[in-house]
Amino acid sequence: MALPPYVGPAGRAWHYSFLIFCGLVFLFLIAPILVIIPLSFNAEPYFTFTEGMLAFESDAYSTRWYADIVNNPQWVFSAGNSVIVAVFATLIATVLGTVAALGLSQAHLPYKPAVMGLLISPMIVPLIISAAGMFFFYSKIGLAQTMPGLILAHAVLGTPFVVITVTATLVGFDHSLTRASENLGAGPTRTFFKIQMPLILPGVVSGGLFAFITSFDEVVVVFFLAGFEQRTIPRQMWAGIREQISPTILAVATILVCISIALLTTVELLRRRSERLRGMSPG
Amino acid sequence: MTVDAGTAPSGPILAADGTPLKVSLRKAQRVRKLRAFALVLPLLAFVLITFILPIVDMLFRSVDNPVVARNLPITLNVLKEWDGTGTPDETAYAAIAKELVEARENKEMGKVATRLNFETSGMRSLIGKSVRKIRRLKEGPYKEALIKIDKRWANTEIWSTIKRIGAPYTHVQYLAALDMKTQPDGSVGMQPEDRQIYGQIFMRTLWISLLVTGFCLLLAYPVSYLLATLPLRYSNLLMVMVLLPFWTSLLVRTTSWIVLLQRNGVVNDLLVWVGIVGEDGRIQMIYNQTGTLVAMTQILLPFMILPLYSVMKTISPSYMRAARSLGAKPATAFVRVYMPQTAAGVGAGCLLVFILSIGYYITPALVGGQSGTMISNFIAYHMKSSLNWSLAAALGTILLAAVLVLYWLYNKIVGIDNMKLG
Repeated sequence: MALPPYVGPAGRAWHYSFLIFCGLVFLFLIAPILVIIPLSFNAEPYFTFTEGMLAFESDAYSTRWYADIVNNPQWVFSAGNSVIVAVFATLIATVLGTVAALGLSQAHLPYKPAVMGLLISPMIVPLIISAAGMFFFYSKIGLAQTMPGLILAHAVLGTPFVVITVTATLVGFDHSLTRASENLGAGPTRTFFKIQMPLILPGVVSGGLFAFITSFDEVVVVFFLAGFEQRTIPRQMWAGIREQISPTILAVATILVCISIALLTTVELLRRRSERLRGMSPG
Repeated sequence: MTVDAGTAPSGPILAADGTPLKVSLRKAQRVRKLRAFALVLPLLAFVLITFILPIVDMLFRSVDNPVVARNLPITLNVLKEWDGTGTPDETAYAAIAKELVEARENKEMGKVATRLNFETSGMRSLIGKSVRKIRRLKEGPYKEALIKIDKRWANTEIWSTIKRIGAPYTHVQYLAALDMKTQPDGSVGMQPEDRQIYGQIFMRTLWISLLVTGFCLLLAYPVSYLLATLPLRYSNLLMVMVLLPFWTSLLVRTTSWIVLLQRNGVVNDLLVWVGIVGEDGRIQMIYNQTGTLVAMTQILLPFMILPLYSVMKTISPSYMRAARSLGAKPATAFVRVYMPQTAAGVGAGCLLVFILSIGYYITPALVGGQSGTMISNFIAYHMKSSLNWSLAAALGTILLAAVLVLYWLYNKIVGIDNMKLG
């Protein structure tokens, strides 16, 4: 954003203060996430930078908190639970969400706004209300404090993300392709797998990743619905923040940030690929 | 069946199999409709069973009131005849004496007493004491005996409470959630000042949500403008800084704010080092409303930036140039030409942030302390600690109603179809 040469000193000052303001907002967004990364290597059990750390002395840094995670059976156990719940919830959400998005993208669907409203509602209703309702209902049918109950709950919370991303991919979808395929003799199933699926795959995968991270980060529903046996990483973190705060939590947080970065990169690459596939301009 | 060229078709146009084209087309349309619906059906059923049904169940629980009705059926039947003045006659006393003893044997008495105690404090001890003594009583008259055990049995208020709480469906939880209660004479009034909690909490929830929305708009507007006007290769890079927080776990971000803002945290250390505050003047920035506001603003900021950015992206720069060339000062051009065009994005972002913040639970619970807690925290409290589930359900229903109204508004203004992620 270069300034045109005719801008006066007042305009110039205004422009630079605008840039500084934006810089501060970006700092506000990103600094809290970045600051925990070096702190997780603190050799002392403190939550702040020690003098040694600021002087970059090597013995002020250590990986003891990471070793702590690996050696603590509770963290390992909850990591396993988190992965199991997130993977199954993602599978259910992705399959059901993709199929529904195919139906939603057709112009013939009756009561479309109402149906869409219902399908998106798990994303809109405050989590505390969803969690309370699920707690009452799942207790009645014996699904509370079980893995299947938690998986179903997380799956339904993830479906809106799949529906939204896949529907967005289908907006620019050229329906003459499916007609051409059917005209050439392929049945609906074959048309779906050979023609539609490869084109909407980026949307499906991003939706799935959204569903995955939703489940992987979710704590409120776990808080109400899961017993000790179904503890997940966020639940363990929650307990850690409330009860015995230790830098182990910062180490876990750092690992979670790395996972987020990996997922974000994947989704961004997929989005660009999808736009290229659909003939839109890159970026 | 083909129509020869040159001869005009007589009667309705027919399809290849001989049926009229209109009928044939309608049939094809119906098949497509059914097929589209069949695709949506599995997810619809899944969402209805695993999500909508639990919510409806919760709504039902907020008015459902089975405990007293189930355990004192005869008493309540007798009380139907009672006109609500003075004390009921001997049959009511006899019935309640018998039914309370039965409830004790069925281990239901505690539930009945607790339920009545939510309404009028002191009922639990009254019932416990009375039941212990009337068990030894073999025959009536029960009226005198009960009043002898405790004078309160002669109070009209006790009986009208039992009669009221005996209804199988009730709105008392909603009254409680709105700081109201039924007075002894049956009219509805406010709770005494010192027992009014929820009105204040609802107001605080709205106030915090409004502030968070305002702060987000204030911070997001310039940043979105910058992102929308920068060349793509820079804005894509900066966009990552918006999207990374969006993808990072809420707990992680809340933890980082604890690390940053606590008394011995990074921000206070920095302030002491710079010399703005002294070593013992460290500022309490967390476990209060400030902590909630700062953390929630940062967490919800991407939800404001993304819709603003996508609207600003579509605004052509030539409008601003036209305004400038017609003589408008930069500020005038910006306020009168650019800003009105961003109204849709502002509306979408504000509603989204407001909807999300009004139901926020995790962040206020972890960094809110006393002054930063919101209505969700009270719902969780009644779910987990006080176990007054009906009140939790009523509070939840009120919150849900507010969110649904906002959601409806959002749908009117933006349309859910246009909701985008990432």
